[in-house]
Amino acid sequence: MMDTIGFGVVAGVSVVSALYVVRSANLIHAVLWLALTLLASAVLYAMLEAPFLAGVQVLTYVGGVVTLMIFGVMLTQRHDGTVAAASNVRNWAGVAAAIALCTLLFVAVGRSDLTTGTPPPATTTTEIGRSLLDEHLVAFEALSLLLLAAIVGAVVLARRKDHEAGDATVPTSPPSARRGAE
Amino acid sequence: MTLANCILLASLLFSIGVYGLLTRRQAVAMLLCVELMLNAANIVFVSFAHFRGGPGQIFAIFALAITVAEVAVGLALVLLLYRKHGDTAIDLASETKG
Repeated sequence: MMDTIGFGVVAGVSVVSALYVVRSANLIHAVLWLALTLLASAVLYAMLEAPFLAGVQVLTYVGGVVTLMIFGVMLTQRHDGTVAAASNVRNWAGVAAAIALCTLLFVAVGRSDLTTGTPPPATTTTEIGRSLLDEHLVAFEALSLLLLAAIVGAVVLARRKDHEAGDATVPTSPPSARRGAE
Repeated sequence: MTLANCILLASLLFSIGVYGLLTRRQAVAMLLCVELMLNAANIVFVSFAHFRGGPGQIFAIFALAITVAEVAVGLALVLLLYRKHGDTAIDLASETKG
């Protein structure tokens, strides 16, 4: 009984805050609503007997990704200091596509056999750690390579190329130059 | 709380993410919607691991790490777009067409 009420609350909070993420006109608000959605997911993980994932979710998503996103929003403000309004366009096509997908998924879930017997014993954090460094070792190492590549790629992409700023053949101009033009 | 309920919740969240991805035009807002969709996938992994067993939690951990990498590269691209055009509307990235 408590389980059902808890799940209902978590589901309600996730769905409502997810709707705010996609509808909010203020990008900072959208990011904060996303944090709430992710926190609700963390609670759901805890209810699904995945305490390690719940903790990791809070640490990396809410602590890391949301902070990065806020940095992203603040770094890309318009030159007059305002954040661009996050408008929604093509409303009806988007709504129709999302409703169609949702219906398809619901029908698929309704037709599948999702009955469960007694749940198997919960995976403990010890088991997760062991299997990460045992049977999933190759994937684990590949993942660390991927993260390294992502870091290097992000630095290469975001690095300011000062030597190109004065080059007339390059059509880019840094925001500081553009601010004077406006 | 049954397996079907969890998957229905995940489908709903995924559909909301798709709706946002199709209607948002700010690059950062689109990244937020992608986050929603990836999170929905993680919920499915974890619920199957809980109700049926199997390595679902490992999958979810890998998906989480890949998400972080995606956000880092995505934000770098957004920053580049901003530096080039002074705005982050995704329509400005039309020169990346093949």
